[in-house]
This record gives sequence, structure tokens and C-alpha cells, in this order.
Amino acid sequence: MRIAVLVKDVPDLVEELELDESGRGLAVDDLSYVPSEWDDQALEEALLLKEASGAHVSAVALDTGDIDNMLYAALAKGADRAVKLVGDYDRTMPGRQRARILADYLAGAGYDLIMTGVQAVDDLDGQIAGLLGGMLGWPHASVVRDVALGADASGAVGFVQEYAGGRMAEFRSATPLVLGVQAAKKPPRYVPIARIRQVSRSATLEEVEAGAPTSESLLAIERLYRPEAQGHATMWEGDAAEVAAALMALLDEQHLRS
Amino acid sequence: MGPIIVVVELQNDAMSPATGELLTRARQLAPARSTRVVALGFGEAARASLAASGADDAVLVLGADAYVPTRAEAALRQVMHDTSAGLVLLANTTMGMDLGAASAAAEGRPMVAYVTSLAAAEGGAFTATSQVYAGKLVAEVAVPEGSVVTVLPGSWPAEETVGSGTPVRDLAVPSESAMELVRTIEPDTGDVDITRADVLVSVGRGIQDPDNLELADELAEALGAVVSCSRPVVDAGWLPRARQVGKSGQTVKPKLYLALGISGAPEHLQGMKDSEIIVAVNSDPAAPIFEVAHYGATCDILELMPLLTERLGEAG
Repeated sequence: MRIAVLVKDVPDLVEELELDESGRGLAVDDLSYVPSEWDDQALEEALLLKEASGAHVSAVALDTGDIDNMLYAALAKGADRAVKLVGDYDRTMPGRQRARILADYLAGAGYDLIMTGVQAVDDLDGQIAGLLGGMLGWPHASVVRDVALGADASGAVGFVQEYAGGRMAEFRSATPLVLGVQAAKKPPRYVPIARIRQVSRSATLEEVEAGAPTSESLLAIERLYRPEAQGHATMWEGDAAEVAAALMALLDEQHLRS
Repeated sequence: MGPIIVVVELQNDAMSPATGELLTRARQLAPARSTRVVALGFGEAARASLAASGADDAVLVLGADAYVPTRAEAALRQVMHDTSAGLVLLANTTMGMDLGAASAAAEGRPMVAYVTSLAAAEGGAFTATSQVYAGKLVAEVAVPEGSVVTVLPGSWPAEETVGSGTPVRDLAVPSESAMELVRTIEPDTGDVDITRADVLVSVGRGIQDPDNLELADELAEALGAVVSCSRPVVDAGWLPRARQVGKSGQTVKPKLYLALGISGAPEHLQGMKDSEIIVAVNSDPAAPIFEVAHYGATCDILELMPLLTERLGEAG
């Protein structure tokens, strides 16, 4: 079973998101980036499958800038191979463009299972897993967990899909298959930076020339802005003791103490 | 333009509230674009909901009583194609995430996700706003004709529909599929049902360490409350899934929702924003949770929890 895990980085939401001068995009050069948290879950689930069933795991990323460390980290965690799709790319590329480039690469790359995060914080024009499923004409499911290989003798892949209210369903699918992973069976593993540095000195990233960005079905963003507060909490200032006092008063006022 | 297709989802065999919201907006938008609304539902269980949808027409996909993503996608694509759909509306649920992006990509149509408002636009088909970057930014987007749009549940109110007069047409789609349902799994409500609690002490990433959950347990006990949580706490394996509030967890409406260390991603807000009183404590003053909370503070939750427990004990 050959698994490709698609990873990308996204703006670190811990920091303030600065807008560019046009007001229609982010000031990408002023932001710091972190791996998309759901992609981390997908990578972890793939690595657990490798450990359980001997799958071969490739981490695949578009070279939108400064992504080498993310791929070395995937290798340090246990991925067998890291593929960097190179071309005239940058971090402003919308998801639809990214998906087309990935689909064109994946169509002929011989993978059985494509796993990626169920969503990303910036996938305004569609989640990558769904877009790929549609572009490639392969079966696809989102909000997936508990992926299992060898679900039957035919080599089908098993997985569980989550719905609202805690309901779930178990499916089995033929391959090739695209899964948008919500959560891995275990929290994503941690690798120390020293280990990533060590891997970066000994491992190589496989560079693959990939297609040029297309203008297929792109959205026109007219404005990007911070939400206008529809209503904002009345803020209780002060330290924990003062907030505790305010909360006690509220509990009394609302008769909410047991 | 072609019709507005609304994908109907059921909840306990009745139309889901999110679908009611989509139909409401579709019925409002259709006259402005001189078009009609077509409701698309799956399986016999959807027949009554389709007939009462208030749509102009409805399509019922036969043999789709159990949801299988590939079959539902094939049906939606067929309807989009056959009707030259002018707009496709889905809720941003698992089904919406399955069918939205895949159908848009397969049919070569634009896709707009996480929509919170949708209106007819001058000089274009529609205009939408979407929540991006975990609700920290809003994108205002032109929605061209033919687009597929997924809408966050609860973005606008649903109007009551009247009557049962929508004609329902049956649609057969090929039953063979690369994907098959093995079994459905009903929710494990565990030891407690968080939807029944009057007061929830809900913890998020800010709890930092599973050892700190004891502080939340003690506070909940002192308050006569139940501990619930946001998704990352479940994914970390610190609390069972039955305790999760949000899109893929439970929707709760307690008298008091005490959100501790929860930033308020849209998926979480979806499950708790209708609580009677929301008190949020988060170290980031710009956290989206404060947009829905009635009261907020930025103090250290690890200091606040034991202090509050102690005061409640003293007040006895």
C-alpha cells in the first residue's frame, strides 16, 4: 500500500494576521507559518498505518516557500519519502490551484491512498481532499478517522466517518482513494528539532517539476477583514481573584449555584 | 439562470435545521434571479421533508437510505448537470464537505466554503461572506453563477415552511460504488449526557495538560456542573468523545456555558452559541469566543479554576 500524505503550512493564528495593502489578501511575508494541524493528524494516521501494516508513506508538499523543514520533520517522524513539487508557486495560491497541481501529479504517481487534513484554516475555495476526489474521479470521504488497511482480501481500505451529534459510520472502499482526515488514532508524535536537523543533513527531498498554476474556477475575493463584532463579551478586567468574584456574583444573580 | 439546488439533510428522520436555513435563503434569492428552487434528498426517509420543503421541485434519490459519499456525490452531480444548476447550497457538515468540493471540482464549478451570508449581487450572480482563518477574518467573495456553496449552520434564521405541495420526482442512480457502508455507529453518550446539563464547565486547548483536568472536575463538582470540551481535548485523548461540544460533537444549550481556554473556532461555536449565558476565559483577548460570549476575561484559567472552586466551597 503506497500512501501519499499531502501537507502544507498555514499562517500561525497565534499571531496577528496582517492584511496586505489591497485589503484582499494577507501580508504573507510578514506572517509566520506552521504546518496545518489537520495535515499533522493525517500524517500521524498514515505513520500508524505504516507501523501496523507496513505501508509506504510519502509526504508530499507544494514548494510554496520554506517548506523543507516541514518535509524533513515528516521524515524524522517516520515517513519513507518526502516529495517537493516545484514550480512557480507561492503562499498566496488558492486551494483550487494547489489542488489542480497536486491532482496532476497524483494521477500518475501510483499511490493507492491519498490522505490529507480534512480542512485547513485557509481553504475558502474548497477542502483539498474533496477537490482532489472530484478532479481525479476517485472515491473520496471527509471527516474521517480510524483508517484501516486490509479491510478485506481485496485490499480495500476501511475508515470511519464522523457526523454531527457523535454519530459515525464505518465504510470500506476500493483504491485509489482520497481521505480528508479529522483525527489520528493517537495525538501527532513529537520530534525534537535536533532530530529534524539531523535528518535534514542526511536525507534528501525528492524534487518533482510540477504543473503551472491555472486560473480554473478561481474566486474573486473582494475584501478580507476582521469580523465586525456583532456583540462582544462584557470583559471582566483583573486577575483570577477578581474574575472569580465577578463569576460568583453572576452565579448568584442567575441563581445558578447548586 | 439555472435553479438553486438545495441538498437536504435529515436529522432523526426530519429535515435538519441547517437545511431549513438553506431553503429559506434559496426561496428568498430565487425570485431575484428569475429561477426556481430544487430540493435534493436521499432515501425514502426524505420524501416527507422534500414534499414540505417549500421548494418548487424536489428530487428524491432512490436506494440512498444509508448515506454513502460516492453515491450521493454521483446523484448530486447528475442533478447539477441535468438542471444546469445556477447555484448549489449545502450545509457545511460532513455531507457538505464530502459533496461540495468534490462536485464543484468534478463539474468544473467554483466553490465557496464556510459561508455565513449570501445575497443577490449587482452585476454578478451572488455575493457571500465566509469565515476563514478559524473565524479571525471574513472574506467577501463574488459567487459566480454555477457555484457550489457550503454554509455554516446557524448563519441565518430559518422560516417555517407551509404545506406539503412540493412535487417530488424520483431519481435512480447506479447502485454500484467503489465505497460501501459497513455499519453505522450510534453515539456513545458515555457516563453523562452533556446536552442535559444546566451548567457546563467546558475546557479547550488552554487546559494545557491532562493533569489539569482535575481542576475542571473539581470546579464542575462545586458548581453542580458537567465537564465538556472542545475538539482538540478529545483528539488528544484527554476526554471521551461524548464530552465534545461542536460540529462533530454535541450541540448544547445550557443555562451557563463556562468556556475555559477555548478560542472559539467556528466548528465549536456551532455547538454552543445558543447557550443562555456564555462566560469565556481565554488568554487571547482577540479570540473569537468573545464574539459570542456574554462575559469574558483573559486571566489564567489554571489560577481561576481552583480559586472559584474554593470560593464555591466557602460559600457552601
